[in-house]
Amino acid sequence: MYDFEYVKPGSVAEAVTALQAEDAMPISGGQTLLPTMKARLAQPTKLIDLSGMTDITGISIAMDSVTIKAATRHVDVERSAELRGVFPALADLAGGIGDPAVRNRGTIGGSVANNDPAACYPSACMGTGATIHTNRKQVVADEFFQGMFDTALEEGEIVTGVTFPIPSRANYQKFLQPASRFAMVGVFVAQYASGVRVGVTGASESGVFRWSEAEAALSANYSPDAVPPAPSADGMIGDIHGSPEYRAHLVHVMTKRAVAGS
Amino acid sequence: MPKDTGIGAPVPRTEDMRFTTGKGRYTDDFTCMGLHYAYFVRSPHAHAKVTGIDKSAAEAVPGVVAIYDGHELTGDGVGNLICGWGITSKDGTPMNMGAWSALATNTVRYVGDAVAVVIAESLEAAKDAAEMVDVSYEELPVVVTVADATAPDAPQIHPEAAGNQIYDWEIGDEAATDAALAGAAKVVELEITNNRLVPNPMEPRACMAQYDAGQDHLTLHTTSQNPHVARLVLSAFYQIAPEHKLRVIAPDVGGGFGSKIYIYPEEIVCLWAARKAGVPVKWTADRTEAFITDAHGRDHVSTAKMGFDANNKIVGFKVDTQANLGAYMSLFSSSVPTYLYATLLSGQYNIENIHCNVKTYYTNTVPVDAYRGAGRPEACYLIERMMEKSAKELGVSPAELRRTNFIQEFPHQTPVIMAYDIGDFNATLDAAEAAADVAGFAARKAASEAAGKKRGIGYSCYIEACGIAPSKAVGSLGAGVGLWESAEVRVNPVGSVEVLTGSHSHGQGHETTFAQLVSERLDLPLDNIKIVHGDTDAVQFGMGTYGSRSGAVGMSAIHKALDKVENKVKKIAAHVLEAAESDIVIEGGAVKVEGTDKQMLWHEVGLAAYTAHNLPDDMEPGLKEGAFYDPTNFTFPAGTYICEVEVDPDTGVTTVENFTAADDFGQVINPLIVGGQVHGGIAQGVGQAMLEHAVYDDDGQLQSATYMDYTMPRADDLPSFQVSTHETFCPGNPLGIKGCGEAGAIGSPPALVNAVIDAIGTDNIQMPVTPQAVWKAMNG
Repeated sequence: MYDFEYVKPGSVAEAVTALQAEDAMPISGGQTLLPTMKARLAQPTKLIDLSGMTDITGISIAMDSVTIKAATRHVDVERSAELRGVFPALADLAGGIGDPAVRNRGTIGGSVANNDPAACYPSACMGTGATIHTNRKQVVADEFFQGMFDTALEEGEIVTGVTFPIPSRANYQKFLQPASRFAMVGVFVAQYASGVRVGVTGASESGVFRWSEAEAALSANYSPDAVPPAPSADGMIGDIHGSPEYRAHLVHVMTKRAVAGS
Repeated sequence: MPKDTGIGAPVPRTEDMRFTTGKGRYTDDFTCMGLHYAYFVRSPHAHAKVTGIDKSAAEAVPGVVAIYDGHELTGDGVGNLICGWGITSKDGTPMNMGAWSALATNTVRYVGDAVAVVIAESLEAAKDAAEMVDVSYEELPVVVTVADATAPDAPQIHPEAAGNQIYDWEIGDEAATDAALAGAAKVVELEITNNRLVPNPMEPRACMAQYDAGQDHLTLHTTSQNPHVARLVLSAFYQIAPEHKLRVIAPDVGGGFGSKIYIYPEEIVCLWAARKAGVPVKWTADRTEAFITDAHGRDHVSTAKMGFDANNKIVGFKVDTQANLGAYMSLFSSSVPTYLYATLLSGQYNIENIHCNVKTYYTNTVPVDAYRGAGRPEACYLIERMMEKSAKELGVSPAELRRTNFIQEFPHQTPVIMAYDIGDFNATLDAAEAAADVAGFAARKAASEAAGKKRGIGYSCYIEACGIAPSKAVGSLGAGVGLWESAEVRVNPVGSVEVLTGSHSHGQGHETTFAQLVSERLDLPLDNIKIVHGDTDAVQFGMGTYGSRSGAVGMSAIHKALDKVENKVKKIAAHVLEAAESDIVIEGGAVKVEGTDKQMLWHEVGLAAYTAHNLPDDMEPGLKEGAFYDPTNFTFPAGTYICEVEVDPDTGVTTVENFTAADDFGQVINPLIVGGQVHGGIAQGVGQAMLEHAVYDDDGQLQSATYMDYTMPRADDLPSFQVSTHETFCPGNPLGIKGCGEAGAIGSPPALVNAVIDAIGTDNIQMPVTPQAVWKAMNG
């Protein structure tokens, strides 16, 4: 790890000011950034620790949506009885991220802002049509996630929270990459009065995406048997754990299981 | 007799308290005044010429005291790394060994090959400077696999090895085997790969080198399975220092699995640099360095033919194996795919004709050497896959085919050197089938089918060779060392006992089991006994721990020394108690005249020996005896493993539902420790069979170089194992021990893969049987 300065601002405003330093980087739970720094693959001059900001932690539940503020840890989402009462699929998703150590440090804001192509939360955002709040704007998920590790965030902009519309039913199914146990394919299916949404993570070289054929089919007939055949393998990720064809197949299987499990 | 601490007692390991409470002392825990840190500059290329090294910017980093390269190393006379087992090709020529300098000079041959070392006051300064060492490379074409190595116009890795071939070796009678196959009623063919593995001990390799200029003496703390062998090789071949000026200490070591047998470039360089720079130097591998510098394991490709007569008796077995030995020949690499592999190709079966041809090749990958099992897992996997495939093709049950061919009479001379001394293969097969409830498998399979899953069962009847080995025999086969073991038993003046052993414990529990032997023989409580190992200044000599030899060889040496101690104790007691030596018994912490109330307490005997006031006239004072034990034969642990799996056909995910092991390890010293060894071995075998794989891309970059991509077995990958032991006592050593350290890793992969093949109905699959591999096999 290279040397760096460390600051822990108490509010979003202070954090934004601190982030103006050259090569400054925000750190939330640090579950991606710290291993990267340890491997000397990142060299921030200044780390802006967002965990001290009291104004971006907590879960609030409204009539038809839940808002999870950015610095809320996975373990707090997993264990929120109020959230589990209205949106159990989201609590289950949080409870399946990484391992207990990761869940006790990692945050939703960090996950969403990093947009790792194998992260779990982005599929829930896409699968529900969530709104991502930043210190400057509100962006719907379809516009926020712009490809692997790429988002609508600009310099000096930080995620402050995510609002998820509460579905009538939903489920997340994750097929584990055997070694890392990240999502090799993760599918979040949610049913609303307006239709069904299907968010897929882990599979595509373009990052998290909505499987529109499945959404249309499931909106017409919400049953596992209605899930279309596997999508095209073109553009799917191929690596030592799974070929594009295998990932495309798993998208089909995990979608069926998510519908069955919802 | 304190049988609760003697041979066969399930004594909890005495070392566990320190290991589980953070009180162990591992190499990286040691420090000293003025300690400096080494960090290696490593090649990012798999194959390249080094055209220049500019250290100037790096040398300016604050805290840097020295940066050395390979030219300085060789200029100081440090020798090239050696391979300690010479193999002769079938045409009579010696193996083609390329030069391996601890720091590469003109050519780098794998990603991770060390080019230079930075010595600095802090590790961070050393790392900063290492990044600033400007090495100029001219990239060369790369060879990754055996297929690459043997291709026409393949790039040449070493000038000494034309066609990248190290040797072309054979064992057995080819003409007779060909004739037997030609006359067979049925010939079954098989082509398999044995996947490359990364050893992954929990503690990465580390060393600390200190030079005492006043004494002209070096001390090395290192993660070694065999510190005396390290000192020998460092002295005799690398010219680091003569043996009396070099102390090697291997303190607590957190697992080795073979990878810590070898003397690596890092230890050599740190010793040399400590003297040259005049500062003590420590190096500790980070996990990625472990992946790209620890010797890998396995990596065979084999084709085999097995012939059967009309009664399903095996008439011949012919094997062609190609092994990838990586960029350089590691210390025992040459012996693994030859004498530790092909000599086991008879398995548990009576096979009159066997022939095996083994060709080994250099590639631009990490050197490959012994890893838990070392050759025997490769043999076992080949034979046991072949037996299962043959049973299916012959239309008989896998168990029946094995029973038809089991060796029943002992001793049994195989056609591939080994002479099996004893065994009862039906007994372990029977026990495993009963414990695995094979009779209930059909019902379980039906239940799985009803749930949309596929269930399969697979067998593996393994045999392996431990207790390596009679020195004369291995010497005749090319080994550069003898493979005996030494021991010294010291009874102190107040009766406590110290046992000095050349066997090294790095997770095997020797401090418990060796003490149990003493407790059994001298009838003393365990806390009166200390096992001393891992320090060349404390222990006279030893050959170390590998090949499951510590029980069969190391304890036999202790046993011999105890014979001498017992003999002297009885002489002293007979003299003091004025009784006949034949009437003296050692019992209950005392030495007694049998049938009388005359006795000396144990500490009184020690005191008598050291005061020497009243000893027989011709007796030397003191009570300390040493022994060297040279084995009479290998030992042959054997058993049956049965694995039951369930496969999800939608995803290819395999779940190990049951795993049953019935082992014959000869005399068991401590069933808790033996059970633990089997559990750990099976976990590693399951890892090889369905999870672990060292994958290189075409450029020679290791793609599975972190735990993000290299799948280690985890607790939730494994069922609760059913293990049991069924002894036939080894006649070749005084304790009847065979050895248990590797059997789990040797026997388990074919059981698992056979089970998956049984479940999915095709054998068009290679290890590791990952979800994707299973799905692809099922979907053509």
